Amino acid sequence: MPVPTPAIEARHLAKCYGATDALRDVSLEVRRGELFGLVGPDGAGKTTLLRILACLLAPSGGQAVIDGIDTTADPAAVKSRIGYMSQRFSLSETLSVVENLLYVAEVWGVAPGARRQRITRLLEFSRLGPFQDRLTRNLSGGMKQKLALAACLLHQPRILLLDEPTIGVDPLSRRDFWLILYDLLHEGSTILLSTPYMDEAERCGRVGFLLGGLVIACGPPAQLKADLGVVVLELRCPQPRGAQRTLRRVAGFESTVLFGDRLHVTLPRAAFDAAGTLERVRAAGIAIDRWRVAEPSLEDVFLAYTHADAQAPGRSPSHTGARTAPAGGSPAPAGGGGAPASHP
Amino acid sequence: MTALAVEADGLTRVFDGFVAVDHIDLRIAAGTVFGFLGPNGAGKSTTIRMLCGILRPSGGRASVGGFDIARQTEQVKSRIGYMSQRFSLYEDLTVEENLRFFAGIYNVRGPQRDARIAWALAMAGLEGRGNTKAAALAGGWRQRLALGCAVLHEPPILFLDEPTSGVDPASRRNFWEMIGELAQRGITVFVTTHFMDEAEHCDELALIHGGKLVASGSPSALKEHVARTLLEVECGDLMAAYDVLKLDPAVASVALFGNALHVTAVDETAARAAITARLAARGVELRRCERIEPSLEDAFVAIIEARAAEEARAEGGAQAAGEVRAAGEAHAASEAYAAAPPAAPDDKRGAPER
Repeated sequence: MPVPTPAIEARHLAKCYGATDALRDVSLEVRRGELFGLVGPDGAGKTTLLRILACLLAPSGGQAVIDGIDTTADPAAVKSRIGYMSQRFSLSETLSVVENLLYVAEVWGVAPGARRQRITRLLEFSRLGPFQDRLTRNLSGGMKQKLALAACLLHQPRILLLDEPTIGVDPLSRRDFWLILYDLLHEGSTILLSTPYMDEAERCGRVGFLLGGLVIACGPPAQLKADLGVVVLELRCPQPRGAQRTLRRVAGFESTVLFGDRLHVTLPRAAFDAAGTLERVRAAGIAIDRWRVAEPSLEDVFLAYTHADAQAPGRSPSHTGARTAPAGGSPAPAGGGGAPASHP
Repeated sequence: MTALAVEADGLTRVFDGFVAVDHIDLRIAAGTVFGFLGPNGAGKSTTIRMLCGILRPSGGRASVGGFDIARQTEQVKSRIGYMSQRFSLYEDLTVEENLRFFAGIYNVRGPQRDARIAWALAMAGLEGRGNTKAAALAGGWRQRLALGCAVLHEPPILFLDEPTSGVDPASRRNFWEMIGELAQRGITVFVTTHFMDEAEHCDELALIHGGKLVASGSPSALKEHVARTLLEVECGDLMAAYDVLKLDPAVASVALFGNALHVTAVDETAARAAITARLAARGVELRRCERIEPSLEDAFVAIIEARAAEEARAEGGAQAAGEVRAAGEAHAASEAYAAAPPAAPDDKRGAPER
């Protein structure tokens, strides 16, 4: 049986802007019907990658293939298969909701007879029906994002490229937006999205972690977390801010962070000894009200990988070659087998 | 008794007959990290603009740092720092030029100016980067520079309007550590955010919806609004489970949360039985079902949905009772209040990521 063509393929993609390498060597595959999340710090290359896949940028090297078609060989064919939602809201603020959709339908050459029906369905789908005559500039942030999504579905693409679609959207509207994404997945769409929300990344079948123009880790969320080789000791104590500062100065507890009113201390899983660790925390003068041992979250994974980068404010990380594992005082993966797969 | 940094009584703003902010009362003690939460278009930015003396209230009164926001705007402005969700720096200027520019605006001069700029550079972690163009900084670092600019004149009160929108998790964390440091120095921080994990860092929270304050208190007090038992369900096909559970009478509401479902139960035993039976009938594997403490996001959604359902009932809305999406639609209807144009979500960055 032939292996089905992946919906999206990046093969050794590179992109440089002058002396800056935005993408260095990115290879990844998104399978049909998959929900794939792209995460990474600001400036890691997420937008560049999505723009190349959407035929809006030509790669400096490598190949981008959508539905089996090379983006540079036949961009028109690729564009008809993808829906791309940019970070920047790109519809007219002075048109109404339905006027914007009619305009986009015309740009895509949707047959006049099919326009109304398709727009009606999208309005229903995005639950924007009651607001169809509202001027776009009077929509809230969450509604604008739903309109932008509806607009990129007008030509009925099966592959969606969404660049941080829920930024600036409140928690309730964000849940609403995700219900729409799940409906699309249910209908067989493939979705590649970038997000700064780690709870959204948790929902993805697989997550690719981009750093300095490279995919430094890729896999299901559970695997990424396991690969970190750490446990998280969660502490509740009086004066958590002060306790954080104290603990960070203690050897082995450098990666203490504040999660609301709780402290999270990330420790290597291999040699973890709860009683001994708590003893050392108390020896540092910290009173503990409650504690528990938790599994790392994707945010812990994110922080582990970006720790070194967060120390340097530059936009273009200057490291050469693939990054394999976090270094320095970060919650380093326990040695041997725990190191996340590096790329290439 | 601590002095109040911000005090508002019946603060109201009307735009063309539309009430954007509706009789808001606030009491914020000096040195508090105060989180101002609410859906898009709820009136957060309008409130901040009034408190900063940029926008005149239509009714009510407020004082900031002890000065009246309508009659003593100059005194108010000299005591506050303001950072908006828009990137508010000059991209073509270097880091240090931006700081000098804001020093000029805030009338920080002489040797004091150099000392303050050095302090702001250190606080933002931008030492040695003074000659970098602001445009060349990654998103999180720009926000830190913007915060540095906002505190150059040592304002005792700081207003931050979605300062971390579009900023990655590591940078958000660094940013909040800066906020924590400022609070330790006694500065009052009034901040809006859509990230509920950030709201956990606040001492006090207030939730605004449709221009009205609907809840306030500490993060743990707000969580008490989730009166019902909350169950976290991990299972196979999330959406299939969602679809069957939302129809069950033992389930008050069901929501996606990360890669799990959060189910609020009318009665815990009945809900557990319903979850087991419904998922089995649908052929969805149930991996875990556990009672959990509500998060702030659960609280936020519970409060807003209750409010929206109340409003829908008051308006004689035709929303089907008990149906989860009904509350969502009521929320969508309340979003229609967004006539006072909230800053567009695309405003968050000055330049596309490269």
